[in-house]
Amino acid sequence: MTAVDKRLSTPVIWILLLTMPYWMDAMGGYTELACRVVVLGLAAMALNFLLGFTGVLSFGHAAYFGLGAYGAAMTIKFMVPSTALAIVVGVIVGTVAAAVIGALIVKLRGTYFAMVTIAFGQVFYFIAFRWNTVTGGDDGITGWQRQPLNLGFTTIDIQHSDIAFYFLVLALFAFAVAIMALLLRSPLGRTLVAIRENERRALFLGIPVERHIWLSFVISGAFCALAGSLYALLSNFTDPRSLHWTLSGNFVIMAVLGGMRSFWGPLVGAAIFVVLQDYVSSHTENWMSVIGLFFVLVVTFFPRGVVGIIKRRVVS
Amino acid sequence: MTQVLLFNVFNGLIVGAFYALMALGLSLILNLSGVINFAHGGFLAIGAYLAYSMMPVLGFWGGLVVAPLLTAFLGVIVERVLIRRLYGRDPLYSLLLTFGLAYILEDGTRYIWGAQSLPYPIPGWLTTPLSTSFFFLTGYRLFMVGLVALVVAALFLILGRTRLGMRIRAGTADLETVSALGVNVGVLRNLNFGLGIYLAGLAGVLAAGMLGLQPTIGTSLIMPSFVAIIVGGLGSLPGTLLGGLLIGVASGVTTVFFPSATEAVMYVMMGIVLLVRPRGLLGEEGRVQ
Repeated sequence: MTAVDKRLSTPVIWILLLTMPYWMDAMGGYTELACRVVVLGLAAMALNFLLGFTGVLSFGHAAYFGLGAYGAAMTIKFMVPSTALAIVVGVIVGTVAAAVIGALIVKLRGTYFAMVTIAFGQVFYFIAFRWNTVTGGDDGITGWQRQPLNLGFTTIDIQHSDIAFYFLVLALFAFAVAIMALLLRSPLGRTLVAIRENERRALFLGIPVERHIWLSFVISGAFCALAGSLYALLSNFTDPRSLHWTLSGNFVIMAVLGGMRSFWGPLVGAAIFVVLQDYVSSHTENWMSVIGLFFVLVVTFFPRGVVGIIKRRVVS
Repeated sequence: MTQVLLFNVFNGLIVGAFYALMALGLSLILNLSGVINFAHGGFLAIGAYLAYSMMPVLGFWGGLVVAPLLTAFLGVIVERVLIRRLYGRDPLYSLLLTFGLAYILEDGTRYIWGAQSLPYPIPGWLTTPLSTSFFFLTGYRLFMVGLVALVVAALFLILGRTRLGMRIRAGTADLETVSALGVNVGVLRNLNFGLGIYLAGLAGVLAAGMLGLQPTIGTSLIMPSFVAIIVGGLGSLPGTLLGGLLIGVASGVTTVFFPSATEAVMYVMMGIVLLVRPRGLLGEEGRVQ
């Protein structure tokens, strides 16, 4: 991508995101779908912080996403009816889990790392599924609603206005994305890319590789938890499926589909995936086959992702 | 109490035998080809349903022999057409491909045989309990444990004594050298994949006799198999066997005291193993990266 294109892409994406609720209806979508694109896009970008910019394959990020969802849902249902507090609790729960699991697995690499993240990704699923008295088991946590946001001087009614909630989600998305972008430009981000490119060389340069990978894992898990808590607030509901490994796989395919080496790629991938899933599941019972076939096609023919293809086109 | 405990230990052993059978297949493929086969559970279901469809013609025993072979054949085709082209690339891609395959296989089974669960009849003389005080010791369960033991023994014999097994073991250690010595690595990986899928198909037929048939039968068994491989040690087949039996018995015993932690206990074990021996119980340093 040439320099001009690069400078153009960010404003274009922001204009599209800011106006999405207004043209989504005309395109046959709905505001909730726009919300889902942004929320799952955030999760995919959070995963890509680890996957694309640190070069570590985690296949269990649904765990932190789901913990964020459960943290937010349980806060509103059992503790305080406050949307802001729900998000904070959700993020803290997910981040703590990522910190503990990250510390356990940071010594492992490659396929082994992926295997262990897959397995660990599922532990919270089983807990949520089995611990009926607290988590509602298979039915999940229902019978609560996101609360209007009280800013002191005014109250924003995100409970009844989908558009207001969309812009809350977008504001938090912007905040998270800005932090990730800043981190990637900082010495920390450069170090992570160095580890991705050549871990041994980074080690010889005196970089504490394991601590950096752990840090990247925790940051990635934290933003994934943020996405998860927003997802629970979006549907006023959460269930064990938000913790299931199939969701982890969906996050990875979003990142790959959009382009792992690009900052905005996973958002593009998430948009394509969410819209496709929405369309397919409302048109055929066999949506799983279509999604599965989609995985196979992406891996076989578009391993560089959409953004990767556009970049190559522009260069050549 | 002793009876209940014994019952659950035995139950755990059976479940562990399933985990081990499935995990051994996964391990074979992972060790030689570096592919984490997410579709393993899907192949397991295919094996079970094929046996179900052949039941009217071939009976129980015929299905037990033929269905796993057909499943293995399907696995060989899938490897040749789809998975082969991803060798040597980032393991991420083969992982995603088999993930998509798992979706397709589960949905395909549901499409062909229906979403409702189906009964899987087994010969009458296998279903009667052997004694009244140990009501859980039905002939079928003993038969299953025996058959799994036999198959595992045969697998280790194949790996230890035959030329194919020798090449698989050598390829696991150093594929490049094996290739340089004139072994056709493509065929080797192909056969090895088929062998792994055969074990999945067999586990499917056996599981069908105990649990009945459901399209999700394989998906529920795949996570414990991953845990079994990690607990036992990546790259070690005896370790995988040990890991499968261990987590099976552990979750069986936990069912007695704390039913809601039946699954969680495996993950606690995995966490402890990773803390104490990051390479797994029988894993070796630097075998699989």
